[in-house]
Amino acid sequence: MTTTPVIEAIDETAASHGRPPLNVVYEWLTTVDHKKIGLMYIVYALIFLVIAGFQAILMRIQLAVPNNHFVSPQVFNQLFTMHGTTMVFFVGMPILFGFGNYLIPLMIGARDMAFPRLNAFSFWISAFAGVLLYFSYVGGSGLYAAGSAPDVGWFAYAPLTAKVFSPGHSTDYWTLAVFLSGVGSIGTALNIVTTILSMRCKGMTMGRMPLLVWLYLVMASLVFVTVSPLTAAQIMLTLDRYLGAHFFDTQAGGSAVLWMHFFWIFGHPEVYVLVLPAFAFVNEIVPVFSRKAIFGYAAMVAASVGIGFISLSVWAHHMFTVGLGPAGNTFFVFATMVISVPTGIKIFNWLATIWGGKVIFAVPMMFCIAFIFQFLVAGLTGIMLSAAPFDWQLGNSYFVVAHFHYVLVGAILFALFAAFYYWYPKVTGRMMSEKLGKWHFWLFVIGFHLTFDFMHIPGLLGMPRRIYTYEAGREWETLNLIVGIGAIIQTIATLIFVYNLVRSYFQGEVAGHDPWDAWTLEWATPSPPPSYNFAVDPTVNSRRPLWDLKHPEDSDTGYE
Amino acid sequence: MMNTTSAIPIDGAMETPWTLPYRGTVGMACLIVAEAAIFIIFIVAYIYYIGKSLSGPTPAQVLEMPIFGTICLLSSSITVHFAVSALRKQNLRTCTIHLAGTVLLGSIFLITTAQEWYHLIHTEGLTIRTNLFGTTYYSLVGLHASHVVVGLIMLSLTLCFALMGRVTEEHSEKLEVLSLYWHFVDGVWVVVFLVVYVLGR
Repeated sequence: MTTTPVIEAIDETAASHGRPPLNVVYEWLTTVDHKKIGLMYIVYALIFLVIAGFQAILMRIQLAVPNNHFVSPQVFNQLFTMHGTTMVFFVGMPILFGFGNYLIPLMIGARDMAFPRLNAFSFWISAFAGVLLYFSYVGGSGLYAAGSAPDVGWFAYAPLTAKVFSPGHSTDYWTLAVFLSGVGSIGTALNIVTTILSMRCKGMTMGRMPLLVWLYLVMASLVFVTVSPLTAAQIMLTLDRYLGAHFFDTQAGGSAVLWMHFFWIFGHPEVYVLVLPAFAFVNEIVPVFSRKAIFGYAAMVAASVGIGFISLSVWAHHMFTVGLGPAGNTFFVFATMVISVPTGIKIFNWLATIWGGKVIFAVPMMFCIAFIFQFLVAGLTGIMLSAAPFDWQLGNSYFVVAHFHYVLVGAILFALFAAFYYWYPKVTGRMMSEKLGKWHFWLFVIGFHLTFDFMHIPGLLGMPRRIYTYEAGREWETLNLIVGIGAIIQTIATLIFVYNLVRSYFQGEVAGHDPWDAWTLEWATPSPPPSYNFAVDPTVNSRRPLWDLKHPEDSDTGYE
Repeated sequence: MMNTTSAIPIDGAMETPWTLPYRGTVGMACLIVAEAAIFIIFIVAYIYYIGKSLSGPTPAQVLEMPIFGTICLLSSSITVHFAVSALRKQNLRTCTIHLAGTVLLGSIFLITTAQEWYHLIHTEGLTIRTNLFGTTYYSLVGLHASHVVVGLIMLSLTLCFALMGRVTEEHSEKLEVLSLYWHFVDGVWVVVFLVVYVLGR
């Protein structure tokens, strides 16, 4: 039996109220504190989430009934392009980087990220990229024209992006925004990897890091080899459009398929870049609310690293309909099916963690359980689509749209909501309302399943994606109406969530250091943590330092 | 002021040494991986488009091996290595001389590239618009050259600081990080050379 010695530290942070508002704004604009930058990432992503969600609602209204003229075909093209681009580059990436920024230094017992100024640079360049993308609505076709947003789809296939087919500057706004967001992502990923490898507190060996930190390490490493190819492809596209180069110019012998390869070499691992942090949140939340240590720590790490490697060899399953030849098809079918093995390991580990635990059904745990179920379903439709002949039938149909939204919404967004409810008390010092949280959860679950379960069926009935309207009598009408109703319910749920976020900041119950009786280092600091995080550098002896602190008679040290 | 207390686990008894990798080195390694991925995409495009140009000129007609420039650039990797090891031994004078040598050799490489481009554009009439060879050649070699320029700017800055006597032994880790970048730029040139001037011709 070993007792962990502790040091009682008095934490002081200058309070921000009572100071002139300009000073506070100046402090946020110039900050290099990882917690403030993390929060700015999250708030910025939430703003874009509302914008891109609004675009989704407009599309669902347009498709709710056949032969609709709510928006024009041109506007519809802009809507799905902006919705996809915004959700991936200006919601998904920044919100996950935001959580990483906030949590990683706290979890590994560091006082900041490895490169605080690079951190600020990466945030502001990403923020600028988002503004640039939306400035296209004003300046898209040149400043003297009315303006128009990009309308080439979020994967912007060549040769549609060539100057001849996309005149004006709308496509350039897309290219530059994605390029700059890529620069910001690479900067933050570099910072995350360096922080994890070089800033860990005493005793925090790689084998003792919280799983969240491990998964962010894999995710950030993936960013280098996935976002960089996209950045390279954007440079080529810009050269094509401005200097008359011929990379994707089919008239001069260039290849449109090459762009598809370059895009999806980014595009598919990007899904794992987005979903690994979602796994990370679930890895932290499920054990705490099951009152058990995570089952299979080593297997989880191995599975995550495995996913990272395998995800680099599956990109062409987005291109089965192009015609890859039997050898290419076989390889990519096989690789895609293989990736379900490590993801399956993860699902079994979560179930084994819950198994026999004293499960507490608080809101974060409810979102996690929905996550596990929905991620499983998304994975199963993924295996269906990984079979090339099935994909030839359903490629580019609403079945595909339903499948990837099941991953992005059903898995990633649910895990994000869980993370919000779980870490909100740490960030603000106040609890979010459980009652509103349950309303949010149930409405969102109902809305989600109405929308995305029913969206599979029009796909099976042959409805292609990206059409702005359709004729009556194809049996798509009722299904699309249900999908639209589900979208409205999800919107209401999200509004409740936003209201809860704001309300709890002022009226929430005071949380204290450790409202969930959790085990990782961030809960040792006051809520909100002082700007220097830890008054003294902590030392850890196991994966659950606060468990050791609370249970000296049964510390983890003996079991690992 | 907001005052609270927190209990932080510490362990005075733990005497095992705790060393972590230098963050500059790790950061540079990450940057190199990301940059390498960018170069790989450009190299793949180059190889994919070899012989696919619909019109001339072809690489065999216009390209000559830049042997002299290549020797200069690769030698600069050796000089920058000597600069780092001299600084570690607190030999500031040798370090400055080797830094100056590195900048000089790097600049000679850039000049040979500029001459090559001048020749191609003015004599052979090959621009980025001419054909797929021009497109891929200028973008790949240009991407590399832009990295050489960035490296040269940083090396020149270091050289200025060294001449002003501001560089001391404690900066050797930082200079080493810079030298890593320079080695990477040189290594990329070996690949670009093989692809463009050996395989591509």
